[in-house]
Amino acid sequence: MSAVLKTDALKAPPLKAETKGLSFYYGGFNALKNINLPVYERKVTSLIGPSGCGKSTLLRSFNRMHDLYPGNRYEGEILMYPDNVNILAARIDPIEVRMRISMVFQKPNPFPKSIYENVAYGLRVRGENNRSRLDERVEEALKGAALWDEVKDRLHELAFNLSGGQQQRMCIARALATDPEILLFDEPTSALDPIATASIEELIHKLKDKVTILIVTHNMQQAARVSEYTAYMYIGELIEFGETDEIFIKPKTKATEDYITGRFG
Amino acid sequence: MATDPAVGKDLAKLRKLIGNAKRWDLVFALCGLFALMFAVLTLVALFVDMAFVGMARLEPDFFTSFPSRRAANAGILSAWMGSALVMLVTALTAVPLGVAAGIYLEEYAPRNWMTDIIEINISNLAGVPSIIYGLLALGLFVYTFGFGQSILSAGLTLALLILPIIIVATRESIRSIPGTIREGAYALGATKWQCTSDHIVPYSLPGILTGVIIGLSRAIGETAPIITIGALTFIAFLPPSPVTGTFPFLSFEWLQSGFTVMPIQMFNWTSRPEEAFQVNAAAAGLVLIVMTLSMNALAIYIRYRLRKNIKW
Repeated sequence: MSAVLKTDALKAPPLKAETKGLSFYYGGFNALKNINLPVYERKVTSLIGPSGCGKSTLLRSFNRMHDLYPGNRYEGEILMYPDNVNILAARIDPIEVRMRISMVFQKPNPFPKSIYENVAYGLRVRGENNRSRLDERVEEALKGAALWDEVKDRLHELAFNLSGGQQQRMCIARALATDPEILLFDEPTSALDPIATASIEELIHKLKDKVTILIVTHNMQQAARVSEYTAYMYIGELIEFGETDEIFIKPKTKATEDYITGRFG
Repeated sequence: MATDPAVGKDLAKLRKLIGNAKRWDLVFALCGLFALMFAVLTLVALFVDMAFVGMARLEPDFFTSFPSRRAANAGILSAWMGSALVMLVTALTAVPLGVAAGIYLEEYAPRNWMTDIIEINISNLAGVPSIIYGLLALGLFVYTFGFGQSILSAGLTLALLILPIIIVATRESIRSIPGTIREGAYALGATKWQCTSDHIVPYSLPGILTGVIIGLSRAIGETAPIITIGALTFIAFLPPSPVTGTFPFLSFEWLQSGFTVMPIQMFNWTSRPEEAFQVNAAAAGLVLIVMTLSMNALAIYIRYRLRKNIKW
């Protein structure tokens, strides 16, 4: 790991976050084992690996989603920069972490409310009730998610009336509305058709200018298309991390090569 | 190949096999239809019979007269007023308590053996005979708390009776909300209470309201616990009005008042020897059934209206 960091040191962008010796337990089951993963600022990092390798578990550690369920336990640290705070620390409120790090889920999960209220919800949670400021931020977020032109005339219609791809972009707008520092994507296109998938990927491309992105995907082509850095995981361990091009063209380990070439996984 | 006699023979065999197997479809469909008709027709027959007998007595003055020794003058004014006021007390206590308990159990309670024991007991409470609640209320509300044989005691008794129904309905309804919705709210930084009040409660409202109304329509027909706590069977006065002409315009004296309710009035009339009172009883029964059915209709309508916006 340190070797990777050293060779990249010259060109590596600043770190936004970093896991240090991160392990995670679902009760007695050790789902993550000593993960050391850098997350570079305003870059897209993708997590790949076969089902059950812990990539979603790792992603969900970043916004402390695991805290919602009893019996889960973290070990190690996730440091966030520039303030150098361990977001897994017991004294850090998970709500504070979730306000800094947003998440987009596998299946679009719109609330049964209007498009407007969906996007505004994160702001409302933060106590924003000023109508004009809300209007402004909702418009900004929908534009950021490349959805504004499609929905600007029906902001107050139910979000369920949107197509699957539009719903997912609305969920991205919802996550963007609060200006997160990191955006987590948990297989965001696995429930979408190829055209909707393409529009989401294009969006991810645009978003990385503003926000650091961490994406879990089971689709290796997607990882190759959208990300600058890729981490390959297997049974709870981080096998290899590096620039996406390097991982895909000349992986350092046999295991990574087998997975990427489709011999396994 | 198509003309191969072997295939043709097999096909005939196959069809025979399918035909034989399908016969059981028909047999079961007929049995099921019979069972269904048995249940529905019995109910319809009872209802129609009661409607024929009671219809003659359903005049406006039936609703505005007190009970009387003369059947033709006797009405259900005190009974339906009593039922309405008791239901008011029941709803005002059972709904907040039941909904809050259900939400707590689903969203807040830690998963441990204590919670498990409470959960098992709530399901069991729904099966406790209502007379037991009557005895409990007689000791607790009537004597220990000194509420007397009043509307308040009756309302609280029925509230206890339907509390498990409301709690169970609330929990079922909350459980039908997908976990992804909950996670979506938490991922945006919502606190437990924000998630509960902005999402969980509004989305489970259709189910909660259905449970509330099913509970209330059970309560309105309950007789045993009300008799146990000592409802009057013949009552020729109304409780004091809740609204008064002078400040503060609200009065709670009615809570202390003696009362009767619809099923007790019916019971009283059916036990009279005169034929004419049987007609009154049938008419009162008809009113009671219509009250219950319209509460159920309201539940269905509310559920339809609220569910329209929610798809998962």
